[in-house]
Amino acid sequence: MKVIVDLAKCQDHGQCAIAAPVVFQMDEEGKLVWDGNPDESQRFEAEEAADVCPVQAILIQD
Amino acid sequence: MSGHIAVVGASLAGLRTAEQLRATGHTGPITVLGDEPHPPYNRPPLSKEILAAPGDHSAEQLHASVAFRRRALVDDVDFRLGRAVTAADLEQRRLTLSDGTELGFDGLVAATGLRPRRLPLPGPAVGRHVLRTLQDCVGLRGELRPEARVVVVGAGFVGCEVAATALRLGCRVSIVEPAGAPMNRVLGAELAQAVQRHHETAGIRFHTGRSVAGILGREQVSAVDLDDGTTLGADIVIEAVGSLPNTEWLAGNPGLDLGDGILCDNLLRAAGADRMVAVGDIARFPNPLFDALPRRVEHWSIPADTAKRAAATLTAQLAGREADPTPFTPVPSFWSDQLDLRFQSFGSPALADEVRLHEGDPDHLHGGVLATYHRRSEHVGTVAINLPPARQRELREAFTALAAAA
Ligand SMILES: Cc1cc2nc3c(=O)[nH]c(=O)nc-3n(C[C@H](O)[C@H](O)[C@H](O)COP(=O)(O)OP(=O)(O)OC[C@H]3O[C@@H](n4cnc5c(N)ncnc54)[C@H](O)[C@@H]3O)c2cc1C
Ligand code: SF4
Repeated sequence: MKVIVDLAKCQDHGQCAIAAPVVFQMDEEGKLVWDGNPDESQRFEAEEAADVCPVQAILIQD
Repeated sequence: MSGHIAVVGASLAGLRTAEQLRATGHTGPITVLGDEPHPPYNRPPLSKEILAAPGDHSAEQLHASVAFRRRALVDDVDFRLGRAVTAADLEQRRLTLSDGTELGFDGLVAATGLRPRRLPLPGPAVGRHVLRTLQDCVGLRGELRPEARVVVVGAGFVGCEVAATALRLGCRVSIVEPAGAPMNRVLGAELAQAVQRHHETAGIRFHTGRSVAGILGREQVSAVDLDDGTTLGADIVIEAVGSLPNTEWLAGNPGLDLGDGILCDNLLRAAGADRMVAVGDIARFPNPLFDALPRRVEHWSIPADTAKRAAATLTAQLAGREADPTPFTPVPSFWSDQLDLRFQSFGSPALADEVRLHEGDPDHLHGGVLATYHRRSEHVGTVAINLPPARQRELREAFTALAAAA
């Protein structure tokens, strides 16, 4: 599973970090950091994160 | 038996419900019917990024940047767009569409959302706008030129966002609001007044306690008359005076309560109907997190939350199983971006009779403010302005704890 975040869209809402804390985190400066190749066990949470992103910046491939 | 489910309304709530019907094991056919020509897209950017995006773009190009991704889960769902449902016969389980066709169903999902309320005033149509759909946004974008005189009527969240975006685009912006300071009902007087001062410093002019008495101009808007005799020159009037639920298509079905949206029970079952649920902005349901009074909630978080629960309820009903009786207690949350401020709300601040300021200085909203909202001292809401996103979890968890206790 590949996780892509369109940083031109992302506005650091941090909703993804609540939905999938293993894949997405907000760093000290409030910027998003994420795992681009998370384990398959994270799929449900990652899909959830993509759904709740207010600006729909997250893409999940295969 | 699985049966055919018709979902009326092809926006966030309709899409999420179709996904969740599959996720909760409904295997029968699903048809999603929507009157807008575009596949489901995200509305919040329409008053923010999309309204402000520079350059000429067609509706199609703009749609591409706000369209919801289509999940494999709903590959076999039939989306019929560009046609309204004009009538529903719940007895016969049959819908009538604007193209004259009819469609039978076994289960029904109402996801028809809201449309903007209009000012009941005559006057020219050119220059008068509302903002709900992509089409509305495309029309407004073209007119928000630098130096254009913009009068926004209504200082709710959408009105304030549009005003902020217009200001950023170089327009001269006024807001007219009869009820007082902006977003008063949600924020409470002290914070609302602080927001007004903040926006005034940035250059938005407020006319609070005033209402619009007339819209002037021949073919094109030229001015707005206020009830105190003031005349504001205007090239563009944006009516942001609240919304009306789209329930007309359900008229004539005895038993339904369409008084304000669709009255539902806590599991989102429409009162007075069988195998029918309502989701999103249109659903009026009780949330035991607060009390037993059914309410509509116009937040982006609610379509996804209600979709999950309503889909589970309907799938169970169609399969002849009991619906899960666990109380449904979603935590309402929304955000709003205005100039250099990001508002974040959890719970229902509008229910409060008391506001407690915990952090920050209302005269420096940009530096971050945290307030909690209480009803008879019980914590019912939280509003954060410009707090770091890393703190969201802690703010939200205050309500998850409440939910567990409810
Ligand atoms: C400009 C704007 C900015 C916003 N910003 C924010 C924000 O920053 N934060 C936030 O939390 N929320 C925001 N919201 C609110 C959020 O977008 C809504 O809560 C959400 O769109 C509700 O989704 P819904 O699917 O329930 O309803 P809707 O999105 O209203 O969808 C209903 C759909 O049903 C269709 N329909 C209606 N009647 C019929 C019929 N008879 N037949 C067929 N189709 C029909 C409608 O055309 C529409 O496509 C904003 C809303 C707007 C308009
Ligand atoms: S939820 Fe969306 S906007 Fe917010 S940090 Fe995650 S990707 Fe960015």
